[in-house]
Amino acid sequence: MAGRLEGRLEGRIALVSGGLRGIGKAICDCLEADGAVVYATDLDAPDSEAARAAAHYIQLDATSEDAWIAARAQVEQDFGRLDILVNNVGADLTGKVQDLALADWRRLITLNLDTVFLGTKTFQPLLAKAGASTPYGSSIVNISSIMGLVGMGEVSAYNASKGGVRLFTKSNALEFADAGVPIRVNSVHPGFVETPLLRKGFENWAAREGTTADAMIEAMAQTTPFKRLAQPVEIGKVVAFLASDDASYMTGSEVVVDGGWTAR
Amino acid sequence: MTAKTDLQGTVALVTGATGGIGRATVAALAEAGAQVIATDIGVQAQVDGAASYAPLDVTSEAAWADVMARIEQDYGRLDILVNNAGISVTNSVAATSLAEFRKCFAINVEGVFLGTRAAQSLLARSGAEREGGSSIINLSSVGGLRGAPMMSTYCASKGAVKLFSKSAALEFAALKLPIRVNSVHPGGIETEMMDTIFARYVDEGLFADLDAARAAVSAGHAMSRMGQPREIAEGIAFLASPAASFMTGSELVIDGGMTAR
Repeated sequence: MAGRLEGRLEGRIALVSGGLRGIGKAICDCLEADGAVVYATDLDAPDSEAARAAAHYIQLDATSEDAWIAARAQVEQDFGRLDILVNNVGADLTGKVQDLALADWRRLITLNLDTVFLGTKTFQPLLAKAGASTPYGSSIVNISSIMGLVGMGEVSAYNASKGGVRLFTKSNALEFADAGVPIRVNSVHPGFVETPLLRKGFENWAAREGTTADAMIEAMAQTTPFKRLAQPVEIGKVVAFLASDDASYMTGSEVVVDGGWTAR
Repeated sequence: MTAKTDLQGTVALVTGATGGIGRATVAALAEAGAQVIATDIGVQAQVDGAASYAPLDVTSEAAWADVMARIEQDYGRLDILVNNAGISVTNSVAATSLAEFRKCFAINVEGVFLGTRAAQSLLARSGAEREGGSSIINLSSVGGLRGAPMMSTYCASKGAVKLFSKSAALEFAALKLPIRVNSVHPGGIETEMMDTIFARYVDEGLFADLDAARAAVSAGHAMSRMGQPREIAEGIAFLASPAASFMTGSELVIDGGMTAR
């Protein structure tokens, strides 16, 4: 975003899980562009190239409650608050129900849904504290998917996990609002985005189908009304809006960013 | 607040610009750098932040043709159309006259259709020159998502706006026209329209007095308050900006958590 004259997130502290690549990286960039201090978390070792490129990095296995608690301790020590939590980390899984192993199913649900629960639960106190000292409260943004709104064949586990994120978000928004906890909670539902995760997922799928990832990605673009995939920054900017006071009356909402996919 | 530069160089038209949400929208778009043509039913009006004012009855094809000709002549482009003009009807089905029903649809639904149709060619031309294309934002409501007693006419009209928006979004995408179309769904907002609705609730005996009506509507939002017009205007400014470049056919619900339940 060119030439911002003022940062609407100046003075805000943010944490983005899965923040080193793809959509997560773009979210970090957009929050920073608006003036926030941003922690990226990911599995990479702190001395990896990607981790060293991040402004603030915490190595975090987002499926581990202990790891989340350690991350909270660090943020608390550094700033004593958190204004923005973006639960972005996730993975994909495709395949027929008959062919899915229970272990793979559980791993996906753990990666996509447990991580949202753990991030929210762990950081709620720091978010509530920050929210009490800002005019419109703090903000949690959970990255769901259009696959949390509509079904697709052979995407059952991913559909289930992202549908779970959608309604966890609404329940959490209502819980906080009803209790007067100053944290807004909303979900973002990207369509198909050009990321390393998308390509890897299609490579796995293409290998089983005897086609190529490029052909499948092009087919996916053609089935999107915009006839293209989203760029990660187009998701990042939406997250920055929800994180800001511009979205002060939004909680429990789902923001669909899909080039028209689900309008049909 | 939306970044000051997001809408630099753009031209926007806002209908119903003298109402609560309309005025806030003109101000928010102008602060983000747009030149805003404010329109409403009156011959003249003062709207803070507007580059100009034009009278526009959104139910009149001729009036739309006039205002679009004037914009093309004066500004040479149009990047943003906010179809905001609307009225409420608070009445039982039994007591609603056909004329009352049709008037609501003429303003709330035909107004959106006529505005979209009249502005399409100029929006398409301007959108081709701008990152993220041009943007139509149609004001629906939580009443376009959920029903409410005594609001059947209004809810039907706002439901129509929601699906008109999605169809237009898909049509423009299929035609490769660089115009995004999205709907905004406010909850109860502190406006004159809400005051009118409260008064009708009291008339119909749903609440003892205005304070009771206001308290009940406020409590219907998870945030336990009504929204400010500015909180809707910021969502509109966001959809108008390149930050929403991959959004079309979407519903932006700004309702303090009302419809999360």
